[in-house]
Amino acid sequence: MTKNYWLRVGIPAFVAAMLAAGPALADPTINKGDTTWMMTATVLVLCMTIPGLALFYGGLVRSKNMLSMLLQVFYTECIVLLIWVLYGYSLTFTGGPNDFIGGFSKAFLSGISPDTPAATFTVGAAIPEGVYVMFQMTFAAITAALILGSVAERTKFAAIALFMPLWITFIYFPIAHMVWYWSGPDAIDAAAKALAAAADPTAKAKAQEALDAVLADGGYLYKAGAIDFAGGSVVHINSGIAGFVGCLIVGKRIGFGRDVMAPHSLVMSFIGACLLWFGWFGFNAGSNLEAAGGAVVAFLNTFIATAACAMSWMFVEWIVKGKPTVLGAISGAVAGLVAVTPASGFSGSMGSLVLGLVAGVICFFFCTTVKNIFKYDDALDVFGVHCIGGIVGALGTGILVNPDLGGTGIFDYTINKVADYDMTTQMIAQGKDVIITLLWSGIGSAILWKIVDIIVGLRPSPDREREGLDVSDHGERAYNM
Amino acid sequence: MKIVMAIIKPFKLEEVRDALTGIGVHGLTVTEVKGYGRQKGHTEIYRGAEYAVNFLPKLKIEVAVATDQVPRVIGAITGAAKTGQIGDGKIFVYSIDQAVRIRTGETDADAL
Repeated sequence: MTKNYWLRVGIPAFVAAMLAAGPALADPTINKGDTTWMMTATVLVLCMTIPGLALFYGGLVRSKNMLSMLLQVFYTECIVLLIWVLYGYSLTFTGGPNDFIGGFSKAFLSGISPDTPAATFTVGAAIPEGVYVMFQMTFAAITAALILGSVAERTKFAAIALFMPLWITFIYFPIAHMVWYWSGPDAIDAAAKALAAAADPTAKAKAQEALDAVLADGGYLYKAGAIDFAGGSVVHINSGIAGFVGCLIVGKRIGFGRDVMAPHSLVMSFIGACLLWFGWFGFNAGSNLEAAGGAVVAFLNTFIATAACAMSWMFVEWIVKGKPTVLGAISGAVAGLVAVTPASGFSGSMGSLVLGLVAGVICFFFCTTVKNIFKYDDALDVFGVHCIGGIVGALGTGILVNPDLGGTGIFDYTINKVADYDMTTQMIAQGKDVIITLLWSGIGSAILWKIVDIIVGLRPSPDREREGLDVSDHGERAYNM
Repeated sequence: MKIVMAIIKPFKLEEVRDALTGIGVHGLTVTEVKGYGRQKGHTEIYRGAEYAVNFLPKLKIEVAVATDQVPRVIGAITGAAKTGQIGDGKIFVYSIDQAVRIRTGETDADAL
């Protein structure tokens, strides 16, 4: 790993350093391989949401609410995409007034041309910023769409239509900014090189000041040292807790706990879950931003943890409930994908195997025992799978990144090598990441659900809810037979 | 004229049809139904949600025959549909006031 890492990082860094010695900072180069991979990864993530998540969720609701689920997911994809290009990308990925949110300097994608580079994790290597815009756009969309499972089958379309733009603006953009916004490897490397090259004390002080400024240009949780490779907190804890408070505020479905609310098509849920796994390779391995070794690490982990978690859930269910089920196995697969998301680019292979096994047991426990004790109607278990799985992953990442456990360690661009690992420091940072995401999204989402309730109302009338949202909200039926 | 209506286990349909054909009954209406009697339902588990499913899938068959044929029809259905297990179903017989064959306009016994 070290040698490969040197080849991957060291040579471009060396070249960049040579070039940086001149008066102007050398532009990082964009290569066609990375660009191709990242465009591919982008459509893979799109495929996770539509049709993957839409079918996974759609199959789990009753047949009278199938179209409502499909349209809510499809709407969320489209509206988030539009908001992303208007101001979302800018609020997330530019420097702003503070460490919690970006600014409007790239609103309407201004200044982004086909040649504009976006930083990767390698000094001297870039991808077109347009690709980065699209890749991150699909993340924002799926995060918002995940929430829909919690409040499924009893929330008016008008409420969803209003909630999504508000949520993505006030919850997702700040959290993504806090975790993922940084000045990039090139700026840090150049500033560090300049500091090393500075001869006299005045120049050194000036260069140190410049380096500090570069390092200060980042989101709050990034600077706190939290690591989240592909979105354990940004995507899963975030959507999971937003859905959880949503299901409490929207209330239980009519007949919850009394009527049979069995999934209307586990076949569709199976197809959807498999498409989620398929698309998740773009999500995790794409988060490396380059078609390089790091992407391979994430790709491999996305296989291992998912299979481990599916098996863990299925066998635990077999032991506890008496039968292995399709829904259990695919729920386990999704929980494994969630848990490995933050760890995918940091964990070793065996680390992700253990992570998957652990996540399967914990998520199963939350979706069955805990849910039945507290009797909240998180219809499709967004909390139990995404929030809990995300927390297991975020904390697990802090442990599994340890090079002694086969992890990659965290690369420090100021010293151009993997930094020393300290478990306490890392776990405190990860804990901060989890708690701030839970608080920001939990409290913020609760406020937004209440606002939507006041403006358009969250629930349809009982008659309309009983009739099903397909007919009452959309005037159409999923199955005319 | 009588209608012999029987609720049977779905997988017994072909045997019942063969038995009825064997005694000269040509014509049968089948409906998929759900219901319960003494047979217990089963439990379905979807993650944490466990549902007791009391309504079991059955087939309802209806045969219209002349009154004197009724004992033979009952015998044929009973013989073919019986497994000896709980949930084999039930047979009900009731009278027909009138019968018409739509194609020819024949009535009553001729229409059966």
